[in-house]
Amino acid sequence: MSKIHVTTEINGDPVEFLCDGEETLLDVLRDRLGMTGSKEGCGTGDCGACTVSVDGKIVCSCLMLGAEAEGRSIETIEGMAQGEMLHPLQRKFLEHAALQCGVCTPGILVAAKALLAENPDPSETEVRYWLAGNLCRCTGYDKIVRAVMDAAAEMRGRNYAA
Amino acid sequence: MRYAAPTSVEEAVQAMTAEPGLVKVLAGGTDLLVAIRSGRIEPDLVVDLKRIEETRTIEPEGGGFRIGAAVSSAEMSAHEGLSAMWPGVVEAAALIGSTQIQSRATIAGNLCNASPAADSVPALAAARAVASIVGPNGRRDVPVEDVPAGPGKTSLEAGEFVASILLPKQADRGGDAYLRFIPRTEMDIAVVGVGVNLTLGADGAVADARVVLGAVGPRVIRCEEGAAALVGTTGDDAALATLAEAASAAAAPIDDKRGTREYRIQVTGALAKRTAKIALDRAKG
Repeated sequence: MSKIHVTTEINGDPVEFLCDGEETLLDVLRDRLGMTGSKEGCGTGDCGACTVSVDGKIVCSCLMLGAEAEGRSIETIEGMAQGEMLHPLQRKFLEHAALQCGVCTPGILVAAKALLAENPDPSETEVRYWLAGNLCRCTGYDKIVRAVMDAAAEMRGRNYAA
Repeated sequence: MRYAAPTSVEEAVQAMTAEPGLVKVLAGGTDLLVAIRSGRIEPDLVVDLKRIEETRTIEPEGGGFRIGAAVSSAEMSAHEGLSAMWPGVVEAAALIGSTQIQSRATIAGNLCNASPAADSVPALAAARAVASIVGPNGRRDVPVEDVPAGPGKTSLEAGEFVASILLPKQADRGGDAYLRFIPRTEMDIAVVGVGVNLTLGADGAVADARVVLGAVGPRVIRCEEGAAALVGTTGDDAALATLAEAASAAAAPIDDKRGTREYRIQVTGALAKRTAKIALDRAKG
């Protein structure tokens, strides 16, 4: 069966790929484009490890077909650091030891970045609800929430344009 | 599996009608993709509605709003006019899944997935929402509660799909609300859901009411006795107590891992009362 030709934008770069109808965006990112930062946890949209941003909205890339990416603008964890310079969220996750095994971390970082773009000064409750779709089985969430709050404070202070 | 992304309703109907195998419609995909990936269904053709203009917009119509089949819950929440007129419907849609799911999930998908526990359906039915169904024989309007035919089944015929859902104009002194009971604070499936929509008369008494129960039957249940308990009253404690009894009596739930039959029946009454109070407060403005 003929493959679907898709033209899209990933982390600011134009990208073209061929995929099968049933391939998810996550399959395409990992297996066709070699972008393995987005993880497959559950594959059913419950865990958020595959979170990417599509036209500025976070989605589970396991619940989106690769073919749906046509003409969209996608951001993944690979686009978060600027070269060697980590994004404040990434830096704060290291400082606060907000990760252990790390499988949930890319999805949480992408989701947290979207939160801070929409709400630069979230309350702890808002952070927890926003990240309710990102499961972490190691940390107990506390350090994750603190890291996000701290990054938000730093980004507000510096008027950081992320 | 082939994928089609038509740009018009006609093109979509044509693609669906021409396909001899299993056709599935893709809006937000939050239920469909799970079903496909688990192997529960193996569609030959998936028709993505998101490139069709009608499915992507929230348009004012007849004093109410027409919501396209591919409009996400997040887009509904962000729409000020819609949120002001139908807060219960918008809140029901906003209860579905995580932030990630909210970016994609749609009320038309929630309706056509036909889960008895669908959060938006009791709220939509209470609001007298009407689904605009298109297919090979043209367009027809169907009250939303008649779209699900039972768990996982719809009354849609081959080649048909819901293109948009019309929420009529809310009455001047009207208010709606939806509450669901879950044992967690978020990210769960309703044990019981209740939608209430009511209108106050000039005398301050309830002139008209709709009470719709979810997750306590194979389809949503319109509780006429519960609505009648409110009409003609100010929504006082006695009326709310009668409503609770009527709602519990109308509930016909099953036992499952989310709750026993007996438990769900009791919760239905309590929840109906709480939901009606919110709707009353909103109607008073």
